Amino acid sequence: MSSLEGWLAVAERSTTRYVLRVIVIVYLALLVGWPVWLVIQHTFGNGLEALRAALSDVFVVFSLKLTLAVALQAVLLNTVFGVGVSLLLARYTFPGKRALSALVDLPLSVSPVVVGLALILVYGPRDGWFGAWLHERGFEVIFSAPGMIMATAFVSLPLVIREVVPVLQERGIDEEQAAASLGATPLQSFWRITLPAIKWALVYGVVLTFARALGEFGAVKIVSGNLVGRTQTATLLVEQKYQDFAQSTAYATAFLLAAVSVACITVVTVLRKDHAGTRSTKHASASAKKRGGQ
Amino acid sequence: MRSHWLALPLAVVTAVVMSACVPAAVGSVGSSGISDDSGGASQVSIVGFAVAKAANDAAQAAFVAANPGHGVSWVTSYGASGDQSRAVVSGLDTDYVHLSLEPDVTRLVDAGLVAPTWNAGPTKGIASTSVVVLAVRKGNPKHITGWDDLLRPDVKIVTPNPGSSGSARWNILAAYGSVLAKGGDEQAAADYLRGFFRNVAALPGSGRDATTAFASGTGDVLVSYENEAILARQSGQDFDYVVPDSTLLIENPAAVTVDASPAARAYLTFVLSPAGQQIFAAKGFRPVLDGVDVGAVAGANDPAQPFPAPKVLQTIDNPFGGWAAANEKFFGDAGLVTSIQAETGKS
Amino acid sequence: MTSTLAGQDALAATPQSGATTSQASRPRRFAGRFATSTTSSGTVPLTKPAGLGLGVAMIWFSLLTLIPLIAVLVETGSHGWGAFWDTVSTAQTASALGLTVLTALGVTAINMVIGTAIAWVLVRDEFFGKRLLEVIIDIPFALPTIVAGLVLLSLYGPGSPVGINVANTRTAVFLAFLFVTLPFVVRTVQPVLAELDRDVEEAAASLGASRLTTLRLIVLPSLVPAITAGAALSFARGMSEYGALVLLSGNLPGQTEVGSVRILSYLENGDTAAAAAVATVLLLVSLAVIVALDVISRRVARRG
Repeated sequence: MSSLEGWLAVAERSTTRYVLRVIVIVYLALLVGWPVWLVIQHTFGNGLEALRAALSDVFVVFSLKLTLAVALQAVLLNTVFGVGVSLLLARYTFPGKRALSALVDLPLSVSPVVVGLALILVYGPRDGWFGAWLHERGFEVIFSAPGMIMATAFVSLPLVIREVVPVLQERGIDEEQAAASLGATPLQSFWRITLPAIKWALVYGVVLTFARALGEFGAVKIVSGNLVGRTQTATLLVEQKYQDFAQSTAYATAFLLAAVSVACITVVTVLRKDHAGTRSTKHASASAKKRGGQ
Repeated sequence: MRSHWLALPLAVVTAVVMSACVPAAVGSVGSSGISDDSGGASQVSIVGFAVAKAANDAAQAAFVAANPGHGVSWVTSYGASGDQSRAVVSGLDTDYVHLSLEPDVTRLVDAGLVAPTWNAGPTKGIASTSVVVLAVRKGNPKHITGWDDLLRPDVKIVTPNPGSSGSARWNILAAYGSVLAKGGDEQAAADYLRGFFRNVAALPGSGRDATTAFASGTGDVLVSYENEAILARQSGQDFDYVVPDSTLLIENPAAVTVDASPAARAYLTFVLSPAGQQIFAAKGFRPVLDGVDVGAVAGANDPAQPFPAPKVLQTIDNPFGGWAAANEKFFGDAGLVTSIQAETGKS
Repeated sequence: MTSTLAGQDALAATPQSGATTSQASRPRRFAGRFATSTTSSGTVPLTKPAGLGLGVAMIWFSLLTLIPLIAVLVETGSHGWGAFWDTVSTAQTASALGLTVLTALGVTAINMVIGTAIAWVLVRDEFFGKRLLEVIIDIPFALPTIVAGLVLLSLYGPGSPVGINVANTRTAVFLAFLFVTLPFVVRTVQPVLAELDRDVEEAAASLGASRLTTLRLIVLPSLVPAITAGAALSFARGMSEYGALVLLSGNLPGQTEVGSVRILSYLENGDTAAAAAVATVLLLVSLAVIVALDVISRRVARRG
């Protein structure tokens, strides 16, 4: 290529690159950036007054605590289940493995309203398949905390598994086999080798699950009965306050929820990039070595 | 940066401990709610229809103030009346219900949750009354003055869904009755309802959902309770309302469940007392007792005369023959409204 | 959502095998949960403790997910095909389902293009503030859906500072879907794009291929499985959206009502059978998406 053609090619590349960059930035700004900025403005329009007023409302505080409690318990359930199932899927073969793997992804594509309906059909206190039996023994699922925890766990079920399984598969069982041959028990091997290996994937999965659990609305709306002061979560409270002509409280609570979720995601994204950064320099030097060698 | 191998297990343990602790903390907040500190907390749970929340909240505060020494905490749930009634039947635990119309309480009686004598008292079980009004945009730009204007092609109506909402059923019967009041026959009234549903722009789930929809810009007229229009204006919403010439007396029943606590029964007595009715009046409801001093009601068209007597005030008994008959005729599986909804495709 | 980390981990794990690992790991990560013969990690038959674990996991999974979803199908089935068809074919419900499917499809189509573009810019471009874009892309996933509705309402609703008010219109439904499905294609394409071996592209360029040709013949084919999987997830997510529409769309019958709103409406009216019928339709779509994802991953794994 002559130097002029070369220059033109480079210029064309940078124009396309620039145009693409602008398109992407504008799209994201219009769809996400600007609206979010407006909500922040709305919330802090009167300085901290809206937030202070919201936090002095006993029911707002209760709903936030309830959301946190429900989310944490759902996260715990999904983490235990997630790590267990990931190990099973990545390390073992068994009949129905492929079906299980596909079904575990199902909650990602099911509507939360369908989740709520499904749980009511099975655990409803009067006509539920198991619910009636449980109700007679005094164990309430629907209109009570267990139902809400189950609904939240349902919708966020696959998130840990989707992060951990690929890592387990990449990792291979060499180290674990080595440990076993050196006399480590399965528990030691899990604690010392497997868990550290999936650490970051697990953290990211847990944070995603937590964020999803904090934000659950549709399924919880159906199974909770919306009992203010007992089963009303923060998302349900946002809807109620908005409808009760208390918009500033609604915005303030919405902002708090959003801030926590976004903060979690940001922190983990940043940490992940830092962590990946050190890894990729290792890789870059390794492949450079390889290329140099050839 | 190699982190210590203990870090992760420690994190997991922290999470487990925290999540075991948080429900305990949450539980104790739940049982405090709105209460005073003088011991003996008893909890009253209330399931109500959507529009009654503000009035009940105010009445609860007054009740607690008037009865110091009994710590009462409240657990409340508000939503579309029919939906709430069905929820209670299917297991939503409650001590006290305040629903939009009598059949929603009858359902509970049939399920054995409320005593059959619930409506034996002097007010026949009714705790609050109102009338059906037409809420319009500020300044009434479309000049809506009565039921006939709702059939105009340029008018879009917002009314809740009769399947779930009590408010909706009162609205529809008021509309139907307005034709009868002018001397029309049942056929004319049915035709009116057809035109009405054709103009319906939205059918939100509850009376409050309808108010929110109207406030967010849907439709030109909201058919609703008078007290809802008054409350909305008290809360800063910018719309006007019209009491049509012919309207229907809305009567909202309240009852306690068979295993309700004494505090719940005391609350019902309070609501039915002049003091309780005064509080409800301040939130826009018309008192069920005579001689209650209503005072000035902010948000009403004329705060000094907040509850004008409409020219024609129909009741569910006259001309509709009671709720059992009306429900069957209009809202049953073969009901008139059910079939009109199917015809016009609005459900 | 697949993470870039998984790929980087693989690369770091076997530093000597450079390019070979990246080629093998690319489809493998995409393949998700299927161990293939190319991996060094074999899988073994169940041991006793593993079998026990599997049993416990399956019981929990059934109680939480499988049995409830089956209950929805059974509820619909118990009322017969006639009742199902009657519900689904009422004008209002049919319109709601139609709107849901069409909007989800439209949004997915847009996401496939813009999502790939965003992934491209994130991977191949460098500029100040790129990290902020990463956070912005994750926001729709992290945000509670009801808050998403409030967020969109602030710019596109009655209080909009630029006077755009599309609340209670089909545009609002489209916007809400677009918002909540934003991250899916981006996050599936990004790691694959990051892993792509630039050598082949550079070779093509040195042989005289234009950018467009390189894109068309080399880059895009490798991205197609990732884009398709992201599209499937985006479609499923759009179909099931509820919270963002509560405040934004007005849920106007025949106009802006979507499938999930119909289900809730039937539930509030006490018509569980009809609710289950519409839920079954949505559920079948979800199942179809899952099957499609499964097929894609197997195809990719086989190729790898």
